[in-house]
Amino acid sequence: MAIGIIQEKERLAFRFDKLGLIIAILVLYGALLAPFATFRANRIIQGEARAILEALPPPLGYGLLTFAVAGAAVAFLRTPRLLRMAVALAALTALALLIGVAADHLTPPDNSFARVSPASGFWVLVFAFSLLLTDALTRLNPGPGLRLLVFAGVLVLAAGMLVAGRWDDLSIMKEYANRADLFWAEAGRHVTLALGSLAAATVVGLPLGILCHRVERLRAGVLNVLNAIQTIPSIALFGILIAPLGWVAANVPGAAAIGIRGIGAAPAFVALFLYSLLPVVANTVVGLAGVPHAANDAARGIGMTDRQRLVAIEFPLAFPVILTGIRIVLVQNIGLATIAALIGGGGFGVFVFQGVGQTAMDLVLLGAIPTVVLAFTAAIVLDALIEMTMPNRSRGNAA
Amino acid sequence: MVTLPNLFRLTVLALLLAFLVQPAWFEPLLKPLVQENTPAVYNQGSLFWLTVLHLRTVFAATVAATIVAVSLAIIVTRKAGAEFLPLSRSLVNIGQTFPPVAVLALAVPIYGFGEKPTLIALFLYGLLPIFENALTGLTTLPPTVMEAARGAGMTGRQRLFRIELPLALPVILTGIRLSVVISLATATIGSTVAAKTLGEVIIAGLQSNNIAFVLQGGLIVGALAVLMHDALQGLERAFAGRARI
Repeated sequence: MAIGIIQEKERLAFRFDKLGLIIAILVLYGALLAPFATFRANRIIQGEARAILEALPPPLGYGLLTFAVAGAAVAFLRTPRLLRMAVALAALTALALLIGVAADHLTPPDNSFARVSPASGFWVLVFAFSLLLTDALTRLNPGPGLRLLVFAGVLVLAAGMLVAGRWDDLSIMKEYANRADLFWAEAGRHVTLALGSLAAATVVGLPLGILCHRVERLRAGVLNVLNAIQTIPSIALFGILIAPLGWVAANVPGAAAIGIRGIGAAPAFVALFLYSLLPVVANTVVGLAGVPHAANDAARGIGMTDRQRLVAIEFPLAFPVILTGIRIVLVQNIGLATIAALIGGGGFGVFVFQGVGQTAMDLVLLGAIPTVVLAFTAAIVLDALIEMTMPNRSRGNAA
Repeated sequence: MVTLPNLFRLTVLALLLAFLVQPAWFEPLLKPLVQENTPAVYNQGSLFWLTVLHLRTVFAATVAATIVAVSLAIIVTRKAGAEFLPLSRSLVNIGQTFPPVAVLALAVPIYGFGEKPTLIALFLYGLLPIFENALTGLTTLPPTVMEAARGAGMTGRQRLFRIELPLALPVILTGIRLSVVISLATATIGSTVAAKTLGEVIIAGLQSNNIAFVLQGGLIVGALAVLMHDALQGLERAFAGRARI
């Protein structure tokens, strides 16, 4: 009821949406002026631009243009949020499908050298409709459960396209097809590095944080050391650790057998672990310090021991803050794990740096896109978890 | 004032300058890290100039990021731009999940190798903390002060420049500090796309298996970050003291 009245007022106050104006300009530019796809006769040659009507069979090309103009109108005018969201989702789905069609359409039959990649117009359209979707979602303010559901839906849709082979003619998928086994091996390494170092940092960081909370003299010292570690650039820390780990591998019996080596995943793992400690320890300290005195006093009053108080009172109350620390670490680790490739540690960085070296942009994308998707997934899932564990229920009504 | 932390800072600064100007003095310290016949001190260029170029890149990116981020924060906290506030918050959250390496690598096809992709990546990455802090600073001003300013008949522009921005300045400076410290470290990755930064020293070390190079590159950047962090924090304290009412 109340929402209806507010919308009615808005509709009377303005005829158009300011953000919608920007989105509409972006959509029209992306659809009418910028190239939709790039065609290259082989992998590393300079590309030729193709507009929507050149890149797609005529019915689909005119269809996409019509839909883009209609989408721009929906964004520009003040329309209901649900309609905006539906249009944005439909447009993104159509773009995802049509870029695959364009790749098939542009590639001459029986030519395995030709490469087709999305061009600036495609990316501008994706950006514009993603803005529309984000804006509609932000204003709808869904609860954490609903957010997870929408995101899972998008992931399933993308996975479906991949499995159905809709994008197989795109250059990035050809790069993938050439090294599918390697891709999954590196993906495994990337996730192991990011999650493994997070697990190790949690196992060490939580007790350390609790200790820092209880023993005030330790606090400043520990946090200062962890802060200092953060200032060392990641590529340097990865490199510096090669020496001590090489020494350990050579001199500690059994170390080499469990995979500790100077070069490779071990220094990357240790470096990520060291970077992860600060957010975990600092957030544990902040979370525990934020537990209300009254709660602790009440627990002491009913005769709880220190240990019981920690498990039953302090830890649950501090949990959302600690989880925030873990979210920071996970998103940061997924990004930093790309650097591991520079010291032979594997991960998606292998494709990024190979691609930069060969100036093969689709190979860069093969490494960069999964990294961004992973980091984004981690952020969305953990944000929803944090909101669900918040003690004060100030969240939305959905879910 | 001669206190222990100040003495420590002065020592770090003195050691850093000495190393940059006369790296040969430190050779005996680094010698044990490398094998015979390999250079222990970076010899493919002047460490001093690389440091200057490194700082120049970070400075240029941070200045641009500050201007854009603070302007955007001002726009979305005005009445006319209020529509963009929720979206801008979401965009900042989404932007922070993009790994710097990905941003850097994706900027290469558009801007080519060298300085430009690094500047773009540092600029985009520096925007987020500054924007977020400027937003916090401008949206959490004490309501009584704003009321008083309005009551005194100040125009919107006067309120912005005389009340809001000065009061938000310490928080904005915190954002700039975060951004500078992140950029100092991230700029080293720029050397993977041929930008002239201290990353060159580290990468040269990684390629020739020379731990001494990696260590000196890393320590110079670390020392720069610690010194910049402290200097900017001092500045914040000075402004926060002035802004207190």
